[in-house]
Amino acid sequence: MRVQASKTEGINLRVVLYEGEGSVALANETRAAAMGALLDEGFEVSRPLAGGTVSPQDESPLLVIGQFEGDTPPAADAAADAGAIEYRDIAGLAPEAIVALAHTVRESVGARSLKEWKPWFPVIDYDRCTNCMQCLSFCLFDVYSVDSDSKITVQNESNCKTDCPACSRVCPEVAILFPKYKKGPINGDVVRPEDIQREAMKVDVSSLLGGDIYASLRSRSKDARKRFSTERDESKALLERKRCLKKLQKDLDIPEEVLMTLPSAGDIEERATRAREKLKRRQERSRSAQDAKRPAPTQDDWGI
Amino acid sequence: MDDVRAENEVTPDTAEEGVMPRILFCNCTYAKVVPPEVKREVLAALNASGLAFDAVPDLCDMAARNDPALARLSAAPQLRIAACFPRAVRWLFHGAKQPLPESGVEILNMREESAEAVSKALLSPCAGCGEQS
Repeated sequence: MRVQASKTEGINLRVVLYEGEGSVALANETRAAAMGALLDEGFEVSRPLAGGTVSPQDESPLLVIGQFEGDTPPAADAAADAGAIEYRDIAGLAPEAIVALAHTVRESVGARSLKEWKPWFPVIDYDRCTNCMQCLSFCLFDVYSVDSDSKITVQNESNCKTDCPACSRVCPEVAILFPKYKKGPINGDVVRPEDIQREAMKVDVSSLLGGDIYASLRSRSKDARKRFSTERDESKALLERKRCLKKLQKDLDIPEEVLMTLPSAGDIEERATRAREKLKRRQERSRSAQDAKRPAPTQDDWGI
Repeated sequence: MDDVRAENEVTPDTAEEGVMPRILFCNCTYAKVVPPEVKREVLAALNASGLAFDAVPDLCDMAARNDPALARLSAAPQLRIAACFPRAVRWLFHGAKQPLPESGVEILNMREESAEAVSKALLSPCAGCGEQS
């Protein structure tokens, strides 16, 4: 058995519910219950039927289940590079037993197994993105990078802080989505003019970079510390800080722990400068490579 | 691998394309953003329909892993996806380096639409499946 160390690694086990020739169809209720439970447990499920299509086989391990007639299930036509195929007869099994069986096979073939996780990471709408790099500059967790075409890209999805939509808040074009977010347009809903206005009003990036929010937070922290040291009034200081954080959390929907680790305005500026320099170097390298590939000019090129 | 007929073979099929587009259902397993009753009812309608379909636990999870399976799931001349907001689904595939085709894909939104509306659109013949979502 292979233990999955990462939430973003491994291959799902695909369960194929076979009800074609050489098998007996499941009762509707059993099929629906089993399928729902399998999906809830992280299994991919396909139901191939005559007259319709499902996706072809690939390297994903397959578990073919069905109520097979006779001892031998119908033979598979597997390609040489296809993943492992396991067959199990599920005649007489209740949905829970089918799921338990799938779990056993998943372990035996070393397929991916997750209890719970929330796939939380930004998705860029390139129809809206202007490549301004504000998200890259702002993100605390190095989720963003620049690709070979000098375009902003999401590189380290698993670095993203769950439930933190901060980068989408600073995007002036509402081009950053979090599909699991509760509200539009960040969840992928259509962007309306009023959304752009509202997002802009919520967080003015210049004020963020200029330190309005940070300044407020830091100043309050400082005051709180000062009060704590002079008055020894810990509860009052904490209350003040909590109040400030609560307001920011409410306005921006940013988790408290992220707010607590916000970099200084100087850090953000420095990060933005580094990103711009990186982009510039990349563009220069790209230009040099293109120049090297370009043939030497001929007499005709010079109009001689 | 070569496509095979599901009726006679155990392996999934992508044989002749009929009047129905290929169907992909996303269960949004790892978040509670799609109303559970909508998911349940749409899945029940699919199960009772007698149509072939693929169902995945969570497209976001697959996109986070750049799962190559996204390529085979979307490689169909006509495809209907029951998931969430079309803009999110389209850019999820793109972000996973498996962009959806510009045409032939219809995305149905289980976050916003009723189970009845999604099921009806999902199971209806292919009239609108060439339109862009």
